[in-house]
Amino acid sequence: MKTASVGQATSANIQRRNSQWAIAMKSIRRHWQLYLLVIPPVLYFLIFKYIPMTNAVIAFKDYNVVLGIWGSPWVGFKHFKLFFENPVFWTLVRNTFLLSVSTIAVSFPIPILLALALNEVGHQGFKRLVQLVTYAPYFISTVVMVSMILLLFAPRLGIINQFINMFGFRSINFLGVPSFFRPIYVFSDVWQTAGYSAVIYLAALSGIDPTLYEAAKVDGASRLQRIRYIDLPGILPTAVIILILSVGNVMAVGFEKVFLLQNPLNLSTSEVISTYVYKMGLLNANFSFATAVGLFNSVVNLVLLVSVNFVAKRLANASLW
Amino acid sequence: MTTTTQRRRRPIQESLGDKIFLGVIYVVLTIVLVIVLYPLIYIVSSSLSSPLAVSSGRVWLWPVDFSLRGYQVALSNPQIVTGYLNSLFYTFFGTLISVTLTVMIAYPLSRKSFYGRNVLMFFIVFTMLFSGGLIPTYMVVRDLGMINTRWALLIPQAIFVWQVIIARTFFQSSIPDELEEASAIDGCSDLRFLWSVVLPLSKPILAVLVLMYAVSQWNAYFDALLYLKSVELHPLQLVLRSILILNTTASSNMDAAVMIERQQMAELLKYSLIVIASLPVLIIYPFVQRYFVKGMLIGSIKG
Repeated sequence: MKTASVGQATSANIQRRNSQWAIAMKSIRRHWQLYLLVIPPVLYFLIFKYIPMTNAVIAFKDYNVVLGIWGSPWVGFKHFKLFFENPVFWTLVRNTFLLSVSTIAVSFPIPILLALALNEVGHQGFKRLVQLVTYAPYFISTVVMVSMILLLFAPRLGIINQFINMFGFRSINFLGVPSFFRPIYVFSDVWQTAGYSAVIYLAALSGIDPTLYEAAKVDGASRLQRIRYIDLPGILPTAVIILILSVGNVMAVGFEKVFLLQNPLNLSTSEVISTYVYKMGLLNANFSFATAVGLFNSVVNLVLLVSVNFVAKRLANASLW
Repeated sequence: MTTTTQRRRRPIQESLGDKIFLGVIYVVLTIVLVIVLYPLIYIVSSSLSSPLAVSSGRVWLWPVDFSLRGYQVALSNPQIVTGYLNSLFYTFFGTLISVTLTVMIAYPLSRKSFYGRNVLMFFIVFTMLFSGGLIPTYMVVRDLGMINTRWALLIPQAIFVWQVIIARTFFQSSIPDELEEASAIDGCSDLRFLWSVVLPLSKPILAVLVLMYAVSQWNAYFDALLYLKSVELHPLQLVLRSILILNTTASSNMDAAVMIERQQMAELLKYSLIVIASLPVLIIYPFVQRYFVKGMLIGSIKG
């Protein structure tokens, strides 16, 4: 009896595997052109995304160009240890974390407020004008953005310092003072992306059933109450997803803008993990060490994203996957 | 004041509190408008002023001593012209390669009868969650012999996973599987179907892909910084970086008067360069804004 059922189970298994195989073969026969079509993109991902993942083993080796990736000697966690014991480690982690968290703290709520405000505006022309203008800075390149910051905040001629002088105060060399680095980074980020990020909330708001507003009005709800009880719940799922994404990327501060805003005077707050990896790896040619630092960062990111997503799934029933 | 501008007829009279609230919103949004617009106007006005007016800080809103000197100097600088042409080259061919590859992977992924699509999708999305890092990627590009060639800007960042997701969602929702099955019965091959049915029906998503890839290619500087050593290959953004951020135009061995004039010119040049570099994107922007918005919204639907 028992053996019979086991036999049945395995035969069912085999049958299922066979039928899976048959489905696959049928699909390949029917769509062979599509399978050919995906070969170049798949090769792209293999070569430029997956081979680097295997190359990352040099974090556990003393990489030597002559011996190559696989010929270089294994050293275990030597480079990780060097990094953790380096006094710069805590500075980097702290700078990266604080820069991210302050960016989220400001860049997350402001687009929501902007979208809620725009949603109240009845004058369509004004609404469209505000949207068009606030959305535009998103398309300014990082190099131009940083150049604008340098020009506007310049110690002598910058318009900001001219205003400061007008009120009788002395000029401030904003980019030379470490404590100004984060505010400048964060607020220029908001300036550049708030309009763009608001679009997604505006779409969520336009999807809210208009009869809800009518009913609320009949019941005598004020504008503020309508925002509180209709608009906010309406955009909550979108907001949670966006928050998960940004919290999950806390340790992945973009390299491009930080690197350009850096100067020797503000390095104590502006040096983050990604800029450090670049300097160690490509300027000092210390491939193994830089890879170890980068790998540490990638793993922390992955863990953060997965766990934040897990928590959100439990608490708000919202998830990325 | 604000209620008169509202076109919608309101069946219920608004309370005083609501009117004040709406008034505050208009005021706040106007302030936001000014904050966003002012730096842009200031940069454009400075670029249209005379070198002296800029370097003595007399510009604050409108151009002072209107002049086009900054643009003349910028456009007669061979480095800037080369950078501009290079950027046009990278943007055109980079976008072409990127859009083609994105469609090649996104369309098969959108077909339900394509066996293995979930595995393939995971294979692609995983690269969003985890990456080998800067140095290991650099090593691949180096081993392929792409360092200091134009290929380094066209291939290593060719596909953005996000765009694949957007395109796949679009194909899935706007090209029904039944249409494909019906064509297959009529003897239409997959490639033929993709070329003569899917692509003509997908102009909105193609516009989104072209615009997003083109803007990011035009604005990119990091890959060029990593991979390109020869100045004649540099895209505009990298040329801008050396002039605007590293201040490399200052030259020595000149008498004082020339030096001062040079310095004033260098200051003006920065403003003109910012405008020149952003112009192509900002000119087309108002016309294509709706496509960008559409792209974002397609992407926000989970698929």
